[in-house]
Amino acid sequence: MTERKLVPQNPANGPVAAAVLACGFGCFMLGVLAVAGDGSKSFAAALNFYNPTGPLSGVTTTAVALWLVCWVLLAVRWRGKSLAFGRVSAFAFLFLALSLLLTFPPFGDMMLGR
Amino acid sequence: MEVTQRELVTMIHGMLFGGFFLLALFGVLVLLLDGNSPDATPNQTVPRWQNIYFIAMVIVGWAAVLSGAYIIYPWYRAVAPPGVDLVLYPKFLLTAHSSTAGWHNFGMEWKEHVAWIAPMSSTMVVWVLMKQRAAWNAHRSVRSTVLGFAAIAFLAAAIAGGWGAMIDKKAPVEGGAAIQLMGSTR
Repeated sequence: MTERKLVPQNPANGPVAAAVLACGFGCFMLGVLAVAGDGSKSFAAALNFYNPTGPLSGVTTTAVALWLVCWVLLAVRWRGKSLAFGRVSAFAFLFLALSLLLTFPPFGDMMLGR
Repeated sequence: MEVTQRELVTMIHGMLFGGFFLLALFGVLVLLLDGNSPDATPNQTVPRWQNIYFIAMVIVGWAAVLSGAYIIYPWYRAVAPPGVDLVLYPKFLLTAHSSTAGWHNFGMEWKEHVAWIAPMSSTMVVWVLMKQRAAWNAHRSVRSTVLGFAAIAFLAAAIAGGWGAMIDKKAPVEGGAAIQLMGSTR
């Protein structure tokens, strides 16, 4: 007799929503920090976590840290819950699209008025 | 047949980590497209080989960005002392002439940031595929969103990899000890 796993018919989408939104937010923060570091010498100096790599080290480390913290916080908040996934997904894709724009140098320069 | 130490590390970064990551990500995209089709049969358990494949893909993705940012980028952006031959200082070699400055000011500035979107997004995609398979099977919107993030991850990796290859062709990262790969025939 083959063993069959029982799978809930409508499993909660909260954990997936948390992962998706946090990922979009983390990517967005990467773009924000990249533009901010490019626009301000003092901010770039603050992001210089590892001198041979320069401000890129701080931009990426901070963005990855924010992504993971956001993921954990949302995962705890939305554990076992089902949300309107379409709205969460729309926000996540908005963040992701903005991150692509902000990491595109001509757009970043435009934001900085160059 | 020799390469310098920096050339070898750059090859490992771009061709091994970056190349494998792009190939693997394309495979995941095909898998997700197949799973997103209306006539797909839900697969409740992930085959072991797929788990190994997913984890390997995420590891090479992070290895690509970390080796790029913390090993190769410092060689690329090292400040050239006055009067020195710029061949060992690719950033300064490129920005020394207006005809090549765009390779750094546009290409490298874009690549160094957009690259990170790829491992972040693919880590999330793999986590959903491995740990949230029931939700992925049950909700079409989840499958579409995950597919979208995988596609953006692929785009970001392709931009970063493409610019990396072109910049390294224009101003290669060179230097360090010579490593003999194979004996010369003559």
